[in-house]
Amino acid sequence: MREDPVSEMSEDDDRSPPSDLGGPASVTVSSNKTRNCTGVCGSGSSSIEFQAPYPDQVLENVLESVLYFLTSRRDRSAASLVCKSWYRAEALTRSELFIGNCYAVSPRRATRRFTRVRSMSIKGKPRFADFNLMPTNWGAYFTPWVAAMAKAYPWLEKVYLKRMSVSDDDLALLSESFPGFKELVLVCCEGFGTSGLAVVASKCRQLRVLDLIESEVMDDDVDWISFFPESQIYLESLTFDCVECHVNFEALEKLVIRSPSLKKLRLNRLVSIGQLYRLMIRAPQLTHLGTGSFSTLEVNAQGEQEPDYISAFSASKSLVCLSGFRDIWSDYLPAIYPVCANLTNLNFSYANINPDQLKSVICYCGNLQIFWVLDSICDEGLQAVAAKCKELRELRVFPVDPSEDAEGPVSEVGLQAISEGCRNLQSILYFCQRMTNAAVIAMSKNCPDLVVFRLCIMGRLRPDHLTGEPMDEGFGAIVRNCKKLTRLAVSGLLTDRAFGYIGKYGKLVRTLSVAFAGDSDMGLKYVLEGCPKLEKLEIRDSPFGDAALSSGLHHYYNMRFLWMSSCKLSRQGCREIARALPHLVVEVMKTDLEAEVGDYVETLYMYRSLEGPRDDTPQSVEIL
Amino acid sequence: MGFEETELRLGLPGNGGGGGNGSEVEVVRKRGFCETENVDLKLNLSSKEVTAGADATHDKAKSLINKEKSLLPSDPAKPPAKAQVVGWPPVRSFRKNMLAVQKNSSESSNQTDQKGINGNAVLVKVSMDGAPYLRKVDLSMYKSYQQLSDALAKMFSSFTIGSCGTQGMKDFMNESKMMDLLSGSDYVRTYEDKDGDWMLVGDVPWEMFVESCKRLRIMKGKEAVGLAPRAMEKCKNRS
Repeated sequence: MREDPVSEMSEDDDRSPPSDLGGPASVTVSSNKTRNCTGVCGSGSSSIEFQAPYPDQVLENVLESVLYFLTSRRDRSAASLVCKSWYRAEALTRSELFIGNCYAVSPRRATRRFTRVRSMSIKGKPRFADFNLMPTNWGAYFTPWVAAMAKAYPWLEKVYLKRMSVSDDDLALLSESFPGFKELVLVCCEGFGTSGLAVVASKCRQLRVLDLIESEVMDDDVDWISFFPESQIYLESLTFDCVECHVNFEALEKLVIRSPSLKKLRLNRLVSIGQLYRLMIRAPQLTHLGTGSFSTLEVNAQGEQEPDYISAFSASKSLVCLSGFRDIWSDYLPAIYPVCANLTNLNFSYANINPDQLKSVICYCGNLQIFWVLDSICDEGLQAVAAKCKELRELRVFPVDPSEDAEGPVSEVGLQAISEGCRNLQSILYFCQRMTNAAVIAMSKNCPDLVVFRLCIMGRLRPDHLTGEPMDEGFGAIVRNCKKLTRLAVSGLLTDRAFGYIGKYGKLVRTLSVAFAGDSDMGLKYVLEGCPKLEKLEIRDSPFGDAALSSGLHHYYNMRFLWMSSCKLSRQGCREIARALPHLVVEVMKTDLEAEVGDYVETLYMYRSLEGPRDDTPQSVEIL
Repeated sequence: MGFEETELRLGLPGNGGGGGNGSEVEVVRKRGFCETENVDLKLNLSSKEVTAGADATHDKAKSLINKEKSLLPSDPAKPPAKAQVVGWPPVRSFRKNMLAVQKNSSESSNQTDQKGINGNAVLVKVSMDGAPYLRKVDLSMYKSYQQLSDALAKMFSSFTIGSCGTQGMKDFMNESKMMDLLSGSDYVRTYEDKDGDWMLVGDVPWEMFVESCKRLRIMKGKEAVGLAPRAMEKCKNRS
């Protein structure tokens, strides 16, 4: 009998900006086996003796009415466990379904249990797929899901997919199957092209949201923008900043003109600032704007008057979120000054600007809560942010030069400054080349509200660059002092001690990312034995082996997945896990080189599932 | 399903999409899927290709960008301090590519000229009988018919093939089966050459093929029967 308390997989704060996705009320599908059902439900007292006609029916009606309002997936899961009646009522009233791992449950099972779903969220590949660590065609196909949904959910309105493989055919089926379809959000997806977008645009007549975020979109030479209906449309959000082909600008302009509800528009980098201007004056009601290239693509003819960009921004009084700047020509930067004071979200993560340029903008941004930026602004720029942005909740600093040998314009100085200036910080992602324990400790004390702490010291195995010590104490302080921490990514030179700290203090940690860290199996053991809330564990290039792997047997059914690549695992060790836990799918991924290495496991990806091994694996994946 | 609206017409070469660099230079790395996978910087799939350079980047963003990436790998000025590791630092390819494009576009005067910089792209449209959409490939990215064949298989593996039904669903998700389908007798790869003739793919030396191919068509076997004689003749004429 497997001990499997139903736990929900949390939704981590891993959204691309501008992050206005409320996040669906996420729920997990619980296993039938673990529910303790009793025939009679009720609050435990004497409902059996109640004489009213059809008491169960009355109760069910009441239940459904109440449960209808329950949105938190944890609460829903808990409610479904009370008894059969509650299970049924909950299943009938769940309108937003979240599938954290598309292989944990089959489309059939999901659609059978939940029959009135209006919104689907499905996540596919694990995050390390983004970094070239998985074979192509690994899986996560949307096809079986959309096929099942087409039959089961004619009233479907929303689909949110992350790291799924979506084909044009899938999009076509989607467009035809759901007459009330309103929102499509594809994050980090691939497999489709502008052809698929064209079908969605033309057939989803109720479409309000079409957001493509960091997805690969093939260029099929289809002018998809022109496929939106000619009449006035309900479009509220259009995000295509990741689409790498030209869109028909005239068609886009006409589209904006006939979309009075449009609030969010994020253009791709092939839209010039001149074109941006034309769109902005048509849509002064925008709240979220992705500015495209923010430079001119053509050389202006001599004497030609440049549009008054400042006035366009001045007219956009509702703008709260700004992004884009894909090829920024810094001369144009002052154009955004008029909106800075109202901005809560600014994404400069593609804007290669220097500290002075950043300062010229940030001095106006007193209300900023979310800020994404490149390290080109240096520590000096971060100090300016710290001085001005007292409301900052989320900071992400990306490297202009994402290589190990780069110079690294930001360091512990910037981190320290941020920690002192932005006391309300909740989430940080920080790429750097050098760091000190002192700065990390300072942040742990100055920013007690931290929920997400992701530090990436790009040079592998780098110690504290002032003391030469490992980074153990810094991360130890983070888990110790940040009592709300749920997501942690570590880097730099780390010994088993760091993991000891994480196991001891990281009681709320749900997601942990480890790379090039630890000394021995003990490191992983500390974590698996110490972190009861751990749901997602991704490890690469760390010396953890089979013994460490088996120390987590008690916990793997509570996790969404475990990823271990380039560690010290053997086939035998993995097989033992697979044998011990029949509801775990243990995938081993091969490369060409493995032919020589035999028992060594290069990549392990394992996850709980109600369905057993999947049948759509590529050749490079083996399920033990 | 009527896909009339999405019918594609032949556009001028150089319209968006398609580009990719031939990553001839591969840096030493601990592991990667490159040996098994093809140099597939196609529009279709997230390729596992490790392009050389400071980062083990993975060209998720296709089209123009890939052109510029070829400048990075062969850059001799960059000393390889350490063996580059796949996927480290953990910056999404999309972001890496964006920044690479910016670097290079600041060097070139006109962004729209980016495709011309490399000059090697041989973009051809690929259509497959029964598939509703066209694709584009850059032939300069491949060095052999096998590589092209594999790439095509991947590219079209997302389409339902004719009357395959549910088995077909499984098949088209299975890449190797797709390759069998394509390499089997059911489907024939043909191309239109500079003279406007339709030839069988594979008859002429690879380099000659790249030079003369204008577009590709994957036909159902029966329709390709008439091609053989003409192709043979041309071959004879050439050799």
